[in-house]
Amino acid sequence: MTSHLTRRSFLARAGTELVIAVVLPSLARAQAIRRMTPAEMREAPAAPSAFLRIGEDDSVTVISKHIEFGQGTFTGLAMLAAEELDADWSQMRVEAAPSEVTLYANLNMGMQGTGGSSAMANSYYQMRKAGAAARSMLVAAAAQEWNVQVKEILVERGVISHAASGRSSGFGAFATLAATMPLMLQPDLKDPETFRLIGTDLPRIDGDEKSTGKAVYSIDVERENMVQSAVLHPPVFGATLKQLDAAAADAIPGVLATVQLDRGVGVIAQTRFAAQRGVAALQADWDMSAAETRSSEEMFRTYAEATKTPGADTETRGLGAKGLEGTVRQVEAEYRFPFLAHAPMEPMGAVVDVQSEKAEFWMGSQLVTRDKTEIVKVLGMQPEQVDIHTMFAGGSFGRLGTPDAEFAAEVAAIGKAWGKGPVKHLWSRENDIRGGRYRPMSVHRLRGGIDEKGNVTAWDQVIAIQSFLKGTAFDGAVRNGVDRSAVEGARGVAYDIPNFHVGLHLMENGVTGNFWRSVGSSHTCFAVETFLDELFALGGVDPVQGRLSLISDEETRLRNVLERAADMADWSGVEGKPGRALGVAIVKCFRSYVAEIVEVSRGEDSLPKVHKVWCAVDCGVAINPDVIRAQMEGGIGFALGAAMYSEITIGAGGRPEQGNFDLFRSIRMSEMPEIEVSIVKSTADPTGVGEPGVPPIAPAVANAWRALTGKSIRTLPFSRGVMA
Amino acid sequence: MTIEFELNGKAVTYSGDPDTPLLWALRDDFGLKGTKYGCGVAQCGACTVHVDGMNRRACVAPVSSMEGRSVTSIEGLTGAVAEAVQGAWVALNVPQCGYCQSGQIMSAIGLLGLIEDPSDADIDAAMAGNICRCVTYGRIRSAILQAAQKVKA
Repeated sequence: MTSHLTRRSFLARAGTELVIAVVLPSLARAQAIRRMTPAEMREAPAAPSAFLRIGEDDSVTVISKHIEFGQGTFTGLAMLAAEELDADWSQMRVEAAPSEVTLYANLNMGMQGTGGSSAMANSYYQMRKAGAAARSMLVAAAAQEWNVQVKEILVERGVISHAASGRSSGFGAFATLAATMPLMLQPDLKDPETFRLIGTDLPRIDGDEKSTGKAVYSIDVERENMVQSAVLHPPVFGATLKQLDAAAADAIPGVLATVQLDRGVGVIAQTRFAAQRGVAALQADWDMSAAETRSSEEMFRTYAEATKTPGADTETRGLGAKGLEGTVRQVEAEYRFPFLAHAPMEPMGAVVDVQSEKAEFWMGSQLVTRDKTEIVKVLGMQPEQVDIHTMFAGGSFGRLGTPDAEFAAEVAAIGKAWGKGPVKHLWSRENDIRGGRYRPMSVHRLRGGIDEKGNVTAWDQVIAIQSFLKGTAFDGAVRNGVDRSAVEGARGVAYDIPNFHVGLHLMENGVTGNFWRSVGSSHTCFAVETFLDELFALGGVDPVQGRLSLISDEETRLRNVLERAADMADWSGVEGKPGRALGVAIVKCFRSYVAEIVEVSRGEDSLPKVHKVWCAVDCGVAINPDVIRAQMEGGIGFALGAAMYSEITIGAGGRPEQGNFDLFRSIRMSEMPEIEVSIVKSTADPTGVGEPGVPPIAPAVANAWRALTGKSIRTLPFSRGVMA
Repeated sequence: MTIEFELNGKAVTYSGDPDTPLLWALRDDFGLKGTKYGCGVAQCGACTVHVDGMNRRACVAPVSSMEGRSVTSIEGLTGAVAEAVQGAWVALNVPQCGYCQSGQIMSAIGLLGLIEDPSDADIDAAMAGNICRCVTYGRIRSAILQAAQKVKA
């Protein structure tokens, strides 16, 4: 193995900590910046120096290449490294990685970034190998120092010991020497059966600082001589500034400058309050010639019309839509899904400091490589001149990861225009809710049919939706009129339906779209799972039994979660207690499997009242079961709130009609159902948990509602669709 | 014009724009960053603080209205109730992104100050103004109940 070694072994002192700073083999660099298959991830060499720092005080700091915005990545990554390092949980720390794609690429993406519920999936081997390699270096150092055999040394809960001589030590004492020991590129990893930390409910590593107000988010960053900025965006998507009268803004005490931006006007001031007052005082005239002025009602009509023709073929099985001709009974349904804001609790914010030779950003950077690329363009700098410090983010749900990095570019433009030191740039909640990058609206038209035995034998689904990837750095994902992110969950569905077709119309729309927690499955799962229930009802088939017989043979994990959820709910049909009904829906999402069953009654507001949710998930090896349960609970609550109450509507002339939490309604404490989560034991490599809990809840509730009332819900949110 | 009030047990003086919301005075003038901006219109509760022991939304309270009052932010919490609530928050792994949790914790402590042994309906009512977009409500409820038990014991 020594033949694989390259230059390494120097020490750097950072504060009181000693850094194991091993120069990575060029091999690792070359492999890191392209997408890897799961098999390649398993084979990639260890890189402990990029990911671990061992302090003289015995602390082990994990460098997280993934942003922590609630999903538990810091905890999960630290557990992976600590497991193989045989560290004690109390000595683990985590900090965010710098923006350096050659070291910190998401192996699933081929760039530095977080998304697609991939953090654990792409780090499972990488972080364990880092831990294992560092452990072997510590052991080698101890063996040399104590003059004993490596194999006689034991490492347990952060203590290195040699039984025969009675010697023992923490990690810190050997950090210096360990850095000079040979680096094993392919260290032995533990048999998962022997895991001591992985698979346990360790407390979140950020739980304490997030329960005391000490956690530092972008909005909390403080720099010397920092000024504050706020922004006025055009009232309509695509409008541009025609004329600006900033006299009233400039007259406000504390306002320092106004800055014309690609999209709107920034106001820089000494205080946040002055910046906000400055924005309110701006008199702007907008050029509407390129603006999107349609209302969402007009858009829905255009989309609905489009779904009457087949669109681009994303998948055809058997006879496709023609298979409907051979069925004995058919159903046709049109579904409408609204624009949805993400509305993370922390509105977009950043601190920027642009100097002549370098620039620094403190922000919740989700797609770091994209952010950096756009920043570099705005500033006219080289990537090496720009540092992005990734902060804790107060949620994202997809909002922080925009393909064109529009927010990072806006921050860079503000920082460059000021040019006199650091600026804290914050969006108001209204900037956020009216600012677009919504989950795109869509219309689905479904036609399906059953044979004389009640079997579902034909399925035709046509989707009209915009692509938010087309024309961006992710344009490559759009081919032959098909954007796979728009049809995931419909195309390739895990049911054996002999005649099957999913068509797609990519619509033009000036209202900007983006990833939104679970992306395509946030709408496709609803259409698929409720329409399937309608076909089952037509044939007198039980929704659980019908799904079990329709799931493809190879999808055993999907069948397992459905059976587990049915067991948990004691399923014997859709009938519940008096006045209540049960509903079910399942999804395969980001390579994880989730089944959800709900118990629903008619609420006082005539909307569905969800009493109980049973959720079964298979996400491979469960790294931290309690974090997984939390993600299922949160995903269910987030999606239930969206399905019940949330929509962005565009009024006549193109203005979004919601601007804050008063009208963009979020789920509240009293509306939260009881949730029971069961994790299917698995030895498969870990897959995502941040998103897969989201898709099934809304269709499960709609299915229960139809069982209860006989009425289908085909328009979201339910507050609109129940009445429709 | 200066405004004098008590902040986390200490006398402070504010001499900036008196119309400034307490939220920004706390954060930018007094360096207390635990209180968060979420909506600016008292719709989300992320900025909840205690004024004379009662829950208040700092984003809509001008600092001028604090004259002579006693303000407590998350940084100034003391006592058995606060300790029990924050302990339960950690023990039950309540926070996800964590951004709303200062406000949630302040509201929960405010609730337990008024009702020692809250029912589910009490919790629903007291916490209705605190939004959590990660939707940690189930654990928040459990943590409040656990803290109430601990304080009683």
